[in-house]
Amino acid sequence: MEKQGLGLGLEITELRLGLPCGEPVEKKEKKEKKRVFSEIQAGDDDDDENSSSEDRKVQTKNQVVGWPPLCSYRKKNTVSQTKKYVKVSMDGAPFLRKIDLAMHKGYSDLALSFENFFSCYGIREALKDADNAEHVPIYEDKDGDWMLVGDVPWEMFIESCKRLRIMKRSDAKGFDLQPKGSLKGFIEGVTK
Amino acid sequence: MNYFPDEVIEHIFDYVVSHRDRNALSLVCKSWYRIERFTRQRVFIGNCYSITPERLIQRFPGLKSLTLKGKPHFADFSLVPYDWGGFLCPWIEALAKSRVGLEELRLKRMVVSDESLELLSRSFTHFKSLVLVSCEGFTTDGLAAIAANCRFLRELDLQENEVEDHKGQWLSCFPDSCTSLVSLNFACLKGEVSLGALERLVARSPNLKSLKLNRSVPLDALQRIMMRAPQLADLGIGSFVHDPDSEAYIRLKNTILKCKSITSLSGFLEVAPHCLAAIYPICPNLTSLNLSYAAGIQGSELIKLIRHCGKLQRLWIMDCIGDKGLGVVAMTCKDLQELRVFPSAPYGNPAAVTEKGLVAISMGCPKLHSLLYFCHQMTNAALITVAKNCPNFIRFRLCILEALKPDPDTLEPLDEGFGAIVQSCRRLRRLSLSGQLTDQVFLYIGMYAEQLEMLSIAFAGESDKGMLYVLNGCKKLRKLEIRDCPFGNMALLTDVGKYETMRSLWMSSCEVTVGACKLLAKKMPRLNVEIFNENEQEDCSLEDGQRVEKMYLYRTLAGKRKDAPEYVWTL
Repeated sequence: MEKQGLGLGLEITELRLGLPCGEPVEKKEKKEKKRVFSEIQAGDDDDDENSSSEDRKVQTKNQVVGWPPLCSYRKKNTVSQTKKYVKVSMDGAPFLRKIDLAMHKGYSDLALSFENFFSCYGIREALKDADNAEHVPIYEDKDGDWMLVGDVPWEMFIESCKRLRIMKRSDAKGFDLQPKGSLKGFIEGVTK
Repeated sequence: MNYFPDEVIEHIFDYVVSHRDRNALSLVCKSWYRIERFTRQRVFIGNCYSITPERLIQRFPGLKSLTLKGKPHFADFSLVPYDWGGFLCPWIEALAKSRVGLEELRLKRMVVSDESLELLSRSFTHFKSLVLVSCEGFTTDGLAAIAANCRFLRELDLQENEVEDHKGQWLSCFPDSCTSLVSLNFACLKGEVSLGALERLVARSPNLKSLKLNRSVPLDALQRIMMRAPQLADLGIGSFVHDPDSEAYIRLKNTILKCKSITSLSGFLEVAPHCLAAIYPICPNLTSLNLSYAAGIQGSELIKLIRHCGKLQRLWIMDCIGDKGLGVVAMTCKDLQELRVFPSAPYGNPAAVTEKGLVAISMGCPKLHSLLYFCHQMTNAALITVAKNCPNFIRFRLCILEALKPDPDTLEPLDEGFGAIVQSCRRLRRLSLSGQLTDQVFLYIGMYAEQLEMLSIAFAGESDKGMLYVLNGCKKLRKLEIRDCPFGNMALLTDVGKYETMRSLWMSSCEVTVGACKLLAKKMPRLNVEIFNENEQEDCSLEDGQRVEKMYLYRTLAGKRKDAPEYVWTL
């Protein structure tokens, strides 16, 4: 009961930085015991005497001013404030998704997102074998060119990526798609 | 001692340097008070509203170095409304009018205007050092005035300030004749600086020991700067992004090999992880490493880096290092004294640090005395272990990101854990609590934390007894800041005399009422009791029974301040 309320209902409104698709099921079970802050706002039974004062303090549903106690300068300069949403399409999937690149730390992080989004469409299986991967991640850069994901450093990639596509290898016959460096790591990130 | 001529006593006093010792000297007798005040060069004022600038100048005409702090600490967390106060202006105006030959000014949480900086730069010919920490209200124009007019400037150190960039070339305002710089830190500035001017400035500053760049300074400029300043001991890197195969990067790697005197490293405001290998050669010399703003470095890269840093005494990092990474720190950094672990996302990264990381550190780093630790969870068992392993804590600040979270293993409050800390660490001066806590923890603090000077409490306690335990027990308490705790009038009013022994008390979202604050103000005329009334309604009067949202009180000899904004009611 608590799991469902906490897992899906509140997560949508919860103001936090994380992958939009949420966490895998195993982690949700652990959350039961945690008194997530949003729980308190929702009016926990144990906290009756405090709940009215809690209401007064809370500005938006799940946000408390000045908590955690991190100075505003640091908040602005370390926690990623900028958002960089790009569309992600996968050949064979009926609809596209949007991903915030700024929320990811690197290529393997991105790969995990792909896995979360498209696992039902077989990306995991597809990328199991790096050399013979059936799908290849590509992106459209600022100049409108389609580039192979993984060649340039992550910061440069975020800067120039306009949209992503997970393409069938068969559509790229004849091109050198040998995974090197970051792309290999990318694929490994998915298949781990 | 009274038979010695003044000159002899003065000479002896020269050896007494710390503020506390100096203060003690002045209390011995009238003649020592007199001698002390004329020979005093450095004054520290922890609350700029505790005294007027005129009185300061009158007592210490020989003043050379002044440290001022303005807003209360909780201003850092947006709890103090805009325009509350802490203005530098009246201080500079008063000092400028006087004959004080100010040479050094250190400010924290003050509102500094360009006009003040301009006046400062023109009024004191021997001005040498300006340090601004967490200040606001000025722009790069003010910095230009400092650069242009302070002919003997040695230090310009800007830490975590909000500075408006006016796109002027402030750095270019250092005249060619300025060759005295020892420390320059502009890491917090957002705008670009003239790279040519920067390089020339570095080239003509042979005494430059500390240089911290902002993110606009690219890698190739960094390389040229480091070539010009092989004597640097403290370096803050702005941008560290480059193609690893480029010539610029190879040149940088070679230059770094020549910089053997660097012992302190920070910045990496923009970083491509694969570039970090270039700094491995200087890591073994580092005693201080601050990567808390290096959001671009992932845990695995951090760990690789740390393995090279065997001499670290101070480490500031982000929680992406993880518990495993902290284990590596514990194994590698045996001399570690200060550790700060910051969250990489406001509600934390679930894969980040927990009590396990802290326990590992405590086992590997027995010299640890200062800690700031943001984590997801903490257990009593872990805190008890940490207390046993590290009895030398002076500063212990723990922030469990979920407020009110109990021990996840036992579901109990963290009273016993923190109790163990205060009982074991007899030299503890600063403590910040978090997690689920009852009145019991405050009983422990009152009983054992004899040296405690600063205590920060949030979402803790059950009744007035909690606050009373602290006020009664902690004899050396100077600053107490409380938010969202069920402490009310009884706790506030039981020992009103206590507040004159302290610098300040902050209480927000507690249970104190207007009436109690009024009573306190009446009984204690040498306290300013400020209530913030942020209600939009203009004509709302303060009724005694009304709960106070924010209260800040402090001892003062200056009386009610005249620069308070409308929402501040000094009772």
